[in-house]
Amino acid sequence: MSSIPTELKYASSHEWVRNDGDGIYTVGITEHAQELLGDMVFVELPEVGDSVTQGDDCAVAESVKAASDIYAPLSGEVVEVNDALADSPEQVNASPYTDGWMFKIKVSDESELDALLDAAGYKSSIDEA
Amino acid sequence: MAQKTALHASHLAAGAKMVDFFGWEMPINYGSQIEEHHGVRRDAGMFDVSHMTIVDLTGSRTREFLRYLLANDVAKLTVPGKALYTGMLNEQGGVIDDLIVYFIEDAFFRLVVNSATREKDLAHINAKAKAFDVTVTERPEFAMIAVQGPNAKAKVATLLTAEQQAAVADMKPFFGKQAGELFIATTGYTGEDGYEIAMPDEQAAEFWQKLLDAGVAPAGLGARDTLRLEAGMNLYGQDMDETVSPLAANMGWTIAWAPEDRDFIGRAALTAQKAAGTDKLVGLVMEQKGVLRHGQRVVVAGGEGVITSGTFSPTLGYSIAMARVPANTADTAEVDIRGKLVSVKVVKPAFVRMGKKVI
Repeated sequence: MSSIPTELKYASSHEWVRNDGDGIYTVGITEHAQELLGDMVFVELPEVGDSVTQGDDCAVAESVKAASDIYAPLSGEVVEVNDALADSPEQVNASPYTDGWMFKIKVSDESELDALLDAAGYKSSIDEA
Repeated sequence: MAQKTALHASHLAAGAKMVDFFGWEMPINYGSQIEEHHGVRRDAGMFDVSHMTIVDLTGSRTREFLRYLLANDVAKLTVPGKALYTGMLNEQGGVIDDLIVYFIEDAFFRLVVNSATREKDLAHINAKAKAFDVTVTERPEFAMIAVQGPNAKAKVATLLTAEQQAAVADMKPFFGKQAGELFIATTGYTGEDGYEIAMPDEQAAEFWQKLLDAGVAPAGLGARDTLRLEAGMNLYGQDMDETVSPLAANMGWTIAWAPEDRDFIGRAALTAQKAAGTDKLVGLVMEQKGVLRHGQRVVVAGGEGVITSGTFSPTLGYSIAMARVPANTADTAEVDIRGKLVSVKVVKPAFVRMGKKVI
Protein backbone atom coordinates (compact mmCIF):
# COMPACT_ATOMS: atom_id res chain seq x y z
CA MET A 1 0.00 0.00 0.00
CA SER A 2 1.47 3.35 -0.96
CA SER A 3 2.00 6.01 1.65
CA ILE A 4 -0.42 8.97 1.98
CA PRO A 5 0.87 11.42 4.61
CA THR A 6 -1.97 12.78 6.72
CA GLU A 7 -0.57 16.33 6.93
CA LEU A 8 -1.01 16.91 3.19
CA LYS A 9 -4.00 17.75 1.01
CA TYR A 10 -4.66 15.98 -2.28
CA ALA A 11 -6.24 16.49 -5.67
CA SER A 12 -8.05 13.51 -7.17
CA SER A 13 -5.66 13.91 -10.13
CA HIS A 14 -2.88 12.70 -7.76
CA GLU A 15 -1.11 15.93 -6.81
CA TRP A 16 -0.37 16.72 -3.16
CA VAL A 17 0.03 20.14 -1.54
CA ARG A 18 1.88 21.09 1.64
CA ASN A 19 1.18 24.32 3.52
CA ASP A 20 4.53 26.09 3.99
CA GLY A 21 2.92 29.13 5.65
CA ASP A 22 2.58 32.70 4.34
CA GLY A 23 0.19 31.49 1.65
CA ILE A 24 2.91 29.36 0.00
CA TYR A 25 2.09 25.77 -0.90
CA THR A 26 4.48 23.08 -2.20
CA VAL A 27 3.15 20.74 -4.90
CA GLY A 28 4.21 17.27 -5.95
CA ILE A 29 2.67 14.00 -7.10
CA THR A 30 1.71 11.16 -4.81
CA GLU A 31 3.51 7.90 -4.29
CA HIS A 32 0.56 6.15 -5.88
CA ALA A 33 0.92 8.35 -8.99
CA GLN A 34 4.64 7.68 -9.38
CA GLU A 35 3.97 3.96 -9.01
CA LEU A 36 1.43 4.13 -11.82
CA LEU A 37 3.78 6.11 -14.07
CA GLY A 38 6.96 4.11 -13.46
CA ASP A 39 10.51 5.47 -13.76
CA MET A 40 10.45 9.22 -14.40
CA VAL A 41 12.71 10.42 -17.23
CA PHE A 42 11.79 14.10 -17.67
CA VAL A 43 9.80 16.58 -15.65
CA GLU A 44 8.70 19.73 -17.46
CA LEU A 45 8.00 22.37 -14.83
CA PRO A 46 6.27 25.75 -15.07
CA GLU A 47 8.36 28.95 -14.98
CA VAL A 48 8.78 30.98 -11.83
CA GLY A 49 6.34 33.87 -12.18
CA ASP A 50 3.75 31.88 -14.15
CA SER A 51 0.26 32.28 -12.87
CA VAL A 52 -1.70 29.05 -12.64
CA THR A 53 -5.37 28.25 -12.16
CA GLN A 54 -6.72 25.43 -10.06
CA GLY A 55 -7.36 22.38 -12.26
CA ASP A 56 -5.31 23.59 -15.26
CA ASP A 57 -2.38 21.58 -16.55
CA CYS A 58 0.87 23.34 -15.72
CA ALA A 59 3.58 20.66 -15.80
CA VAL A 60 4.31 17.34 -17.49
CA ALA A 61 5.75 14.24 -15.88
CA GLU A 62 7.23 12.01 -18.53
CA SER A 63 8.02 8.45 -17.49
CA VAL A 64 9.26 5.42 -19.38
CA LYS A 65 5.62 4.56 -19.83
CA ALA A 66 3.75 7.76 -20.63
CA ALA A 67 3.59 11.53 -20.57
CA SER A 68 1.22 12.70 -17.89
CA ASP A 69 -0.13 16.19 -17.24
CA ILE A 70 0.25 17.66 -13.77
CA TYR A 71 -2.63 19.94 -12.77
CA ALA A 72 -2.32 22.97 -10.53
CA PRO A 73 -4.11 21.97 -7.32
CA LEU A 74 -4.50 25.65 -6.35
CA SER A 75 -4.56 29.00 -8.17
CA GLY A 76 -1.79 31.53 -7.75
CA GLU A 77 1.74 32.42 -8.82
CA VAL A 78 4.59 29.96 -9.18
CA VAL A 79 7.33 31.26 -6.83
CA GLU A 80 9.84 28.42 -6.98
CA VAL A 81 10.44 25.23 -9.00
CA ASN A 82 12.52 22.17 -8.15
CA ASP A 83 15.42 22.61 -10.59
CA ALA A 84 17.10 19.47 -9.24
CA LEU A 85 14.53 17.40 -11.13
CA ALA A 86 16.15 18.40 -14.43
CA ASP A 87 19.15 16.21 -13.60
CA SER A 88 17.47 13.77 -11.22
CA PRO A 89 13.88 13.13 -12.28
CA GLU A 90 14.12 9.80 -10.43
CA GLN A 91 13.69 11.76 -7.19
CA VAL A 92 9.99 11.82 -8.02
CA ASN A 93 10.04 8.02 -7.76
CA ALA A 94 12.37 7.76 -4.79
CA SER A 95 10.94 10.55 -2.60
CA PRO A 96 7.65 11.81 -4.01
CA TYR A 97 6.78 13.76 -0.84
CA THR A 98 10.21 15.28 -0.13
CA ASP A 99 13.05 15.63 -2.67
CA GLY A 100 10.65 14.92 -5.51
CA TRP A 101 8.55 18.07 -4.98
CA MET A 102 7.80 19.99 -8.18
CA PHE A 103 6.89 23.63 -7.60
CA LYS A 104 5.62 26.13 -5.04
CA ILE A 105 2.59 28.34 -5.46
CA LYS A 106 1.78 31.62 -3.71
CA VAL A 107 -1.94 31.05 -3.62
CA SER A 108 -4.47 33.72 -4.43
CA ASP A 109 -7.48 32.17 -2.72
CA GLU A 110 -6.97 29.77 0.19
CA SER A 111 -10.64 28.83 0.15
CA GLU A 112 -9.77 26.67 -2.87
CA LEU A 113 -8.25 24.25 -0.35
CA ASP A 114 -11.80 23.16 0.45
CA ALA A 115 -11.98 21.51 -2.95
CA LEU A 116 -9.02 19.24 -2.11
CA LEU A 117 -9.15 15.89 -0.35
CA ASP A 118 -7.65 14.91 2.97
CA ALA A 119 -5.55 11.73 3.22
CA ALA A 120 -8.58 9.53 3.95
CA GLY A 121 -10.53 11.05 1.07
CA TYR A 122 -7.64 10.55 -1.34
CA LYS A 123 -7.15 6.98 -0.15
CA SER A 124 -10.77 6.13 -0.86
CA SER A 125 -10.56 7.84 -4.27
CA ILE A 126 -7.68 5.59 -5.35
CA ASP A 127 -9.23 2.48 -3.79
CA GLU A 128 -12.30 3.00 -5.95
CA ALA A 129 -10.28 3.54 -9.13
CA MET B 1 -8.30 -16.07 -16.00
CA ALA B 2 -4.72 -15.02 -16.67
CA GLN B 3 -2.17 -17.73 -17.37
CA LYS B 4 0.83 -17.98 -15.09
CA THR B 5 4.31 -19.19 -15.92
CA ALA B 6 6.23 -21.65 -13.75
CA LEU B 7 8.11 -18.64 -12.35
CA HIS B 8 5.07 -16.70 -11.14
CA ALA B 9 5.86 -17.22 -7.44
CA SER B 10 9.52 -16.34 -8.07
CA HIS B 11 8.45 -13.00 -9.53
CA LEU B 12 6.25 -12.16 -6.57
CA ALA B 13 9.07 -13.14 -4.19
CA ALA B 14 11.36 -10.72 -6.06
CA GLY B 15 8.87 -7.87 -5.62
CA ALA B 16 7.58 -7.81 -9.19
CA LYS B 17 4.80 -5.58 -10.34
CA MET B 18 2.66 -7.94 -12.43
CA VAL B 19 0.63 -6.93 -15.47
CA ASP B 20 -1.54 -8.67 -18.03
CA PHE B 21 0.45 -9.39 -21.18
CA PHE B 22 -1.81 -10.93 -23.84
CA GLY B 23 -3.44 -13.22 -21.30
CA TRP B 24 -0.32 -13.93 -19.25
CA GLU B 25 0.38 -12.43 -15.86
CA MET B 26 3.96 -11.20 -16.30
CA PRO B 27 6.40 -8.93 -14.43
CA ILE B 28 6.61 -5.39 -15.89
CA ASN B 29 9.38 -4.47 -13.43
CA TYR B 30 10.80 -5.37 -10.03
CA GLY B 31 11.02 -1.76 -8.82
CA SER B 32 12.94 0.21 -11.43
CA GLN B 33 12.79 -0.54 -15.13
CA ILE B 34 15.76 1.74 -15.80
CA GLU B 35 18.00 -0.01 -13.26
CA GLU B 36 17.02 -3.37 -14.74
CA HIS B 37 17.92 -2.05 -18.18
CA HIS B 38 21.35 -0.90 -16.99
CA GLY B 39 21.83 -4.22 -15.22
CA VAL B 40 21.55 -6.05 -18.53
CA ARG B 41 23.80 -3.62 -20.45
CA ARG B 42 26.51 -3.58 -17.77
CA ASP B 43 26.40 -6.99 -16.08
CA ALA B 44 23.73 -9.68 -16.39
CA GLY B 45 19.95 -9.75 -16.19
CA MET B 46 17.29 -12.40 -16.69
CA PHE B 47 13.82 -12.42 -18.17
CA ASP B 48 11.05 -14.95 -17.83
CA VAL B 49 10.06 -15.64 -21.43
CA SER B 50 8.10 -18.80 -20.67
CA HIS B 51 5.02 -17.25 -22.22
CA MET B 52 6.63 -17.61 -25.65
CA THR B 53 5.41 -20.55 -27.68
CA ILE B 54 7.73 -23.43 -28.60
CA VAL B 55 6.53 -25.51 -31.52
CA ASP B 56 8.34 -28.66 -32.64
CA LEU B 57 7.98 -29.85 -36.22
CA THR B 58 8.82 -33.40 -37.12
CA GLY B 59 8.60 -35.53 -40.23
CA SER B 60 10.83 -36.33 -43.16
CA ARG B 61 9.50 -33.39 -45.20
CA THR B 62 9.91 -30.77 -42.46
CA ARG B 63 12.67 -28.87 -44.25
CA GLU B 64 10.67 -28.79 -47.46
CA PHE B 65 7.63 -27.56 -45.51
CA LEU B 66 9.58 -24.73 -43.83
CA ARG B 67 11.05 -23.63 -47.16
CA TYR B 68 7.42 -23.04 -48.21
CA LEU B 69 6.12 -21.63 -44.90
CA LEU B 70 8.85 -19.06 -44.15
CA ALA B 71 10.24 -16.07 -46.05
CA ASN B 72 13.79 -16.83 -45.01
CA ASP B 73 15.22 -20.08 -46.36
CA VAL B 74 15.98 -22.94 -43.97
CA ALA B 75 18.22 -24.36 -46.69
CA LYS B 76 20.78 -22.00 -45.09
CA LEU B 77 20.66 -24.21 -41.98
CA THR B 78 23.22 -26.89 -42.69
CA VAL B 79 24.81 -27.39 -39.25
CA PRO B 80 22.59 -28.97 -36.56
CA GLY B 81 21.66 -26.40 -33.93
CA LYS B 82 21.88 -23.42 -36.27
CA ALA B 83 19.02 -20.91 -35.99
CA LEU B 84 17.45 -18.41 -38.36
CA TYR B 85 15.29 -15.32 -37.80
CA THR B 86 12.42 -15.04 -40.26
CA GLY B 87 8.98 -13.71 -40.98
CA MET B 88 6.04 -16.01 -41.54
CA LEU B 89 3.95 -14.24 -44.17
CA ASN B 90 0.43 -14.46 -45.51
CA GLU B 91 -0.37 -14.59 -49.23
CA GLN B 92 -0.69 -10.79 -49.26
CA GLY B 93 2.90 -10.45 -48.05
CA GLY B 94 1.88 -9.26 -44.56
CA VAL B 95 3.68 -10.57 -41.48
CA ILE B 96 1.69 -13.19 -39.54
CA ASP B 97 4.56 -13.41 -37.05
CA ASP B 98 8.31 -13.17 -36.72
CA LEU B 99 10.04 -16.18 -35.24
CA ILE B 100 13.25 -18.11 -34.76
CA VAL B 101 13.62 -21.54 -36.34
CA TYR B 102 16.22 -24.01 -35.05
CA PHE B 103 17.54 -26.90 -37.14
CA ILE B 104 17.80 -29.73 -34.62
CA GLU B 105 18.21 -32.69 -36.97
CA ASP B 106 17.05 -33.70 -40.42
CA ALA B 107 13.46 -34.51 -39.51
CA PHE B 108 13.17 -32.14 -36.53
CA PHE B 109 13.03 -28.34 -36.46
CA ARG B 110 11.94 -26.14 -33.55
CA LEU B 111 10.13 -22.81 -33.82
CA VAL B 112 9.87 -20.16 -31.11
CA VAL B 113 6.97 -17.83 -31.88
CA ASN B 114 5.32 -14.93 -30.06
CA SER B 115 2.77 -15.63 -27.36
CA ALA B 116 0.41 -12.86 -28.48
CA THR B 117 0.04 -14.59 -31.86
CA ARG B 118 0.03 -18.16 -30.56
CA GLU B 119 -3.44 -19.20 -31.73
CA LYS B 120 -3.31 -17.82 -35.25
CA ASP B 121 0.25 -19.09 -35.69
CA LEU B 122 -0.68 -22.62 -34.67
CA ALA B 123 -3.79 -22.56 -36.86
CA HIS B 124 -1.77 -21.36 -39.85
CA ILE B 125 1.11 -23.81 -39.31
CA ASN B 126 -1.22 -26.75 -38.76
CA ALA B 127 -3.25 -25.93 -41.86
CA LYS B 128 -0.19 -25.70 -44.07
CA ALA B 129 1.64 -28.68 -42.51
CA LYS B 130 -0.96 -31.24 -43.56
CA ALA B 131 0.14 -31.36 -47.18
CA PHE B 132 3.69 -32.16 -46.06
CA ASP B 133 2.82 -34.80 -43.44
CA VAL B 134 4.60 -32.72 -40.83
CA THR B 135 3.63 -33.25 -37.20
CA VAL B 136 3.15 -30.00 -35.23
CA THR B 137 3.64 -30.29 -31.47
CA GLU B 138 3.36 -27.37 -29.09
CA ARG B 139 5.63 -27.67 -26.03
CA PRO B 140 3.82 -25.78 -23.24
CA GLU B 141 5.63 -27.88 -20.62
CA PHE B 142 8.80 -25.85 -21.13
CA ALA B 143 9.70 -22.72 -19.24
CA MET B 144 12.21 -20.34 -20.80
CA ILE B 145 14.64 -17.91 -19.19
CA ALA B 146 16.66 -15.38 -21.18
CA VAL B 147 19.95 -14.48 -19.46
CA GLN B 148 21.51 -11.46 -21.14
CA GLY B 149 24.42 -9.10 -20.63
CA PRO B 150 28.21 -8.99 -20.87
CA ASN B 151 28.59 -11.31 -17.86
CA ALA B 152 25.56 -13.51 -18.61
CA LYS B 153 27.41 -16.48 -20.09
CA ALA B 154 30.01 -16.59 -17.32
CA LYS B 155 27.30 -16.50 -14.66
CA VAL B 156 25.24 -19.20 -16.35
CA ALA B 157 28.37 -21.36 -16.63
CA THR B 158 28.54 -21.57 -12.83
CA LEU B 159 25.20 -23.44 -12.89
CA LEU B 160 26.07 -25.95 -15.59
CA THR B 161 27.50 -29.44 -15.31
CA ALA B 162 30.88 -30.15 -16.91
CA GLU B 163 29.12 -31.84 -19.84
CA GLN B 164 26.79 -28.87 -20.34
CA GLN B 165 29.70 -26.42 -20.17
CA ALA B 166 31.53 -28.44 -22.80
CA ALA B 167 28.41 -28.51 -24.99
CA VAL B 168 28.05 -24.72 -25.03
CA ALA B 169 31.75 -23.80 -24.89
CA ASP B 170 32.20 -23.12 -28.60
CA MET B 171 28.66 -22.13 -29.50
CA LYS B 172 28.55 -19.33 -32.03
CA PRO B 173 25.75 -16.74 -32.06
CA PHE B 174 22.34 -17.98 -33.19
CA PHE B 175 22.72 -21.64 -32.27
CA GLY B 176 20.61 -23.86 -30.01
CA LYS B 177 21.71 -27.07 -28.34
CA GLN B 178 20.14 -29.65 -26.06
CA ALA B 179 22.48 -30.05 -23.10
CA GLY B 180 21.10 -32.49 -20.55
CA GLU B 181 17.64 -31.19 -19.67
CA LEU B 182 18.37 -27.67 -20.89
CA PHE B 183 17.90 -26.38 -24.41
CA ILE B 184 20.48 -23.60 -24.53
CA ALA B 185 20.43 -21.05 -27.35
CA THR B 186 22.79 -18.17 -28.10
CA THR B 187 19.92 -15.88 -28.99
CA GLY B 188 18.28 -12.93 -27.33
CA TYR B 189 16.29 -9.74 -27.64
CA THR B 190 18.58 -7.19 -26.03
CA GLY B 191 21.59 -6.67 -28.32
CA GLU B 192 23.83 -8.21 -25.67
CA ASP B 193 25.61 -11.51 -25.37
CA GLY B 194 23.75 -14.27 -23.55
CA TYR B 195 21.52 -17.29 -23.70
CA GLU B 196 17.87 -18.18 -23.96
CA ILE B 197 17.41 -21.40 -21.99
CA ALA B 198 14.38 -23.68 -22.17
CA MET B 199 13.82 -26.28 -19.48
CA PRO B 200 11.00 -28.39 -18.04
CA ASP B 201 8.55 -26.23 -16.05
CA GLU B 202 9.25 -28.01 -12.77
CA GLN B 203 12.95 -27.09 -12.89
CA ALA B 204 12.46 -23.41 -13.68
CA ALA B 205 12.06 -21.97 -10.16
CA GLU B 206 15.21 -23.68 -8.91
CA PHE B 207 17.20 -22.56 -11.96
CA TRP B 208 15.94 -18.99 -11.49
CA GLN B 209 16.97 -19.06 -7.82
CA LYS B 210 20.45 -20.30 -8.74
CA LEU B 211 20.79 -17.50 -11.27
CA LEU B 212 19.76 -15.01 -8.58
CA ASP B 213 22.40 -16.49 -6.28
CA ALA B 214 24.96 -16.15 -9.09
CA GLY B 215 24.22 -12.41 -9.23
CA VAL B 216 21.87 -12.26 -12.21
CA ALA B 217 19.26 -9.53 -11.68
CA PRO B 218 15.62 -10.12 -12.65
CA ALA B 219 14.38 -7.77 -15.37
CA GLY B 220 10.80 -7.22 -16.47
CA LEU B 221 8.92 -6.60 -19.68
CA GLY B 222 9.57 -2.85 -19.36
CA ALA B 223 13.35 -3.26 -19.56
CA ARG B 224 12.92 -5.91 -22.24
CA ASP B 225 11.16 -3.34 -24.42
CA THR B 226 13.73 -0.54 -23.97
CA LEU B 227 16.60 -2.99 -24.54
CA ARG B 228 15.16 -4.44 -27.75
CA LEU B 229 14.33 -0.98 -29.06
CA GLU B 230 17.88 0.28 -28.40
CA ALA B 231 19.09 -2.83 -30.24
CA GLY B 232 16.79 -2.02 -33.17
CA MET B 233 14.80 -5.23 -32.91
CA ASN B 234 11.19 -5.28 -34.03
CA LEU B 235 8.24 -5.94 -31.75
CA TYR B 236 5.44 -7.84 -33.45
CA GLY B 237 2.13 -5.97 -33.32
CA GLN B 238 3.90 -2.61 -33.09
CA ASP B 239 6.62 -2.43 -35.72
CA MET B 240 4.88 -4.82 -38.09
CA ASP B 241 1.76 -6.95 -38.38
CA GLU B 242 -0.35 -8.64 -41.03
CA THR B 243 -1.00 -5.34 -42.78
CA VAL B 244 2.68 -4.39 -43.07
CA SER B 245 5.15 -5.67 -45.63
CA PRO B 246 8.43 -6.97 -44.20
CA LEU B 247 10.04 -4.61 -46.73
CA ALA B 248 8.51 -1.71 -44.77
CA ALA B 249 9.60 -3.19 -41.44
CA ASN B 250 13.38 -3.44 -41.87
CA MET B 251 12.97 -7.18 -42.50
CA GLY B 252 14.17 -7.15 -46.10
CA TRP B 253 17.35 -8.93 -44.98
CA THR B 254 15.25 -11.86 -43.73
CA ILE B 255 13.71 -12.53 -47.14
CA ALA B 256 15.62 -15.14 -49.12
CA TRP B 257 14.90 -14.24 -52.78
CA ALA B 258 17.34 -16.83 -54.11
CA PRO B 259 16.86 -19.43 -55.40
CA GLU B 260 14.24 -17.89 -57.63
CA ASP B 261 12.32 -21.11 -58.02
CA ARG B 262 11.64 -21.51 -54.29
CA ASP B 263 7.92 -20.98 -53.78
CA PHE B 264 7.14 -19.55 -50.34
CA ILE B 265 3.92 -18.10 -48.99
CA GLY B 266 3.74 -14.40 -49.84
CA ARG B 267 6.46 -14.47 -52.51
CA ALA B 268 4.28 -13.21 -55.36
CA ALA B 269 2.92 -10.34 -53.27
CA LEU B 270 6.39 -9.41 -52.02
CA THR B 271 7.77 -9.36 -55.54
CA ALA B 272 5.04 -6.92 -56.55
CA GLN B 273 5.61 -4.78 -53.43
CA LYS B 274 9.31 -4.64 -54.14
CA ALA B 275 8.69 -3.50 -57.71
CA ALA B 276 6.16 -0.86 -56.62
CA GLY B 277 8.26 0.34 -53.68
CA THR B 278 7.26 0.47 -50.02
CA ASP B 279 7.68 2.65 -46.99
CA LYS B 280 10.76 1.98 -44.87
CA LEU B 281 11.43 1.56 -41.17
CA VAL B 282 13.99 4.03 -39.82
CA GLY B 283 15.37 5.04 -36.45
CA LEU B 284 14.64 8.46 -34.94
CA VAL B 285 16.78 10.25 -32.38
CA MET B 286 15.63 13.24 -30.33
CA GLU B 287 18.34 14.67 -28.11
CA GLN B 288 16.18 17.38 -26.55
CA LYS B 289 13.76 16.78 -23.68
CA GLY B 290 10.72 14.66 -24.26
CA VAL B 291 9.91 11.11 -25.25
CA LEU B 292 8.90 9.78 -28.66
CA ARG B 293 5.92 7.43 -28.37
CA HIS B 294 4.15 4.78 -30.42
CA GLY B 295 1.54 6.29 -32.74
CA GLN B 296 2.98 9.79 -33.03
CA ARG B 297 2.82 11.37 -36.48
CA VAL B 298 6.09 11.87 -38.38
CA VAL B 299 6.26 14.66 -40.93
CA VAL B 300 8.89 14.45 -43.68
CA ALA B 301 9.45 16.34 -46.93
CA GLY B 302 6.52 15.42 -49.14
CA GLY B 303 4.82 12.97 -46.82
CA GLU B 304 3.98 11.52 -43.47
CA GLY B 305 4.85 8.47 -41.43
CA VAL B 306 4.22 7.10 -37.97
CA ILE B 307 6.25 6.08 -34.95
CA THR B 308 5.85 2.34 -34.47
CA SER B 309 7.88 2.13 -31.23
CA GLY B 310 9.27 4.96 -29.14
CA THR B 311 10.89 5.23 -25.77
CA PHE B 312 13.42 6.94 -23.58
CA SER B 313 16.76 5.22 -24.09
CA PRO B 314 18.33 4.64 -20.66
CA THR B 315 21.73 3.93 -22.23
CA LEU B 316 21.82 7.09 -24.37
CA GLY B 317 19.92 9.38 -22.01
CA TYR B 318 17.51 10.66 -24.65
CA SER B 319 14.60 9.44 -26.70
CA ILE B 320 14.75 7.05 -29.63
CA ALA B 321 12.12 5.53 -31.86
CA MET B 322 11.42 3.38 -34.86
CA ALA B 323 9.18 4.91 -37.49
CA ARG B 324 7.64 3.76 -40.73
CA VAL B 325 8.14 6.59 -43.23
CA PRO B 326 8.10 7.21 -47.01
CA ALA B 327 11.03 5.64 -48.87
CA ASN B 328 12.54 9.01 -49.83
CA THR B 329 12.86 10.22 -46.23
CA ALA B 330 16.26 11.86 -45.77
CA ASP B 331 18.18 12.52 -42.56
CA THR B 332 15.73 14.73 -40.67
CA ALA B 333 12.04 14.65 -39.82
CA GLU B 334 9.55 16.31 -37.50
CA VAL B 335 7.43 14.51 -34.94
CA ASP B 336 4.07 15.73 -33.70
CA ILE B 337 4.45 15.54 -29.92
CA ARG B 338 1.25 16.58 -28.21
CA GLY B 339 0.53 19.13 -30.91
CA LYS B 340 4.08 20.50 -31.23
CA LEU B 341 6.31 19.67 -34.22
CA VAL B 342 9.76 18.71 -32.95
CA SER B 343 12.82 18.11 -35.16
CA VAL B 344 14.48 14.71 -34.94
CA LYS B 345 17.39 12.97 -36.65
CA VAL B 346 16.73 10.02 -38.93
CA VAL B 347 19.18 7.12 -38.53
CA LYS B 348 19.40 3.40 -39.19
CA PRO B 349 17.11 1.55 -36.75
CA ALA B 350 19.82 0.32 -34.35
CA PHE B 351 21.04 2.43 -31.47
CA VAL B 352 22.99 0.33 -28.95
CA ARG B 353 24.71 -3.03 -29.36
CA MET B 354 26.99 -4.85 -26.91
CA GLY B 355 26.77 -1.96 -24.50
CA LYS B 356 27.96 0.56 -27.09
CA LYS B 357 26.25 3.40 -28.88
CA VAL B 358 26.09 2.62 -32.60
CA ILE B 359 24.48 5.78 -33.98
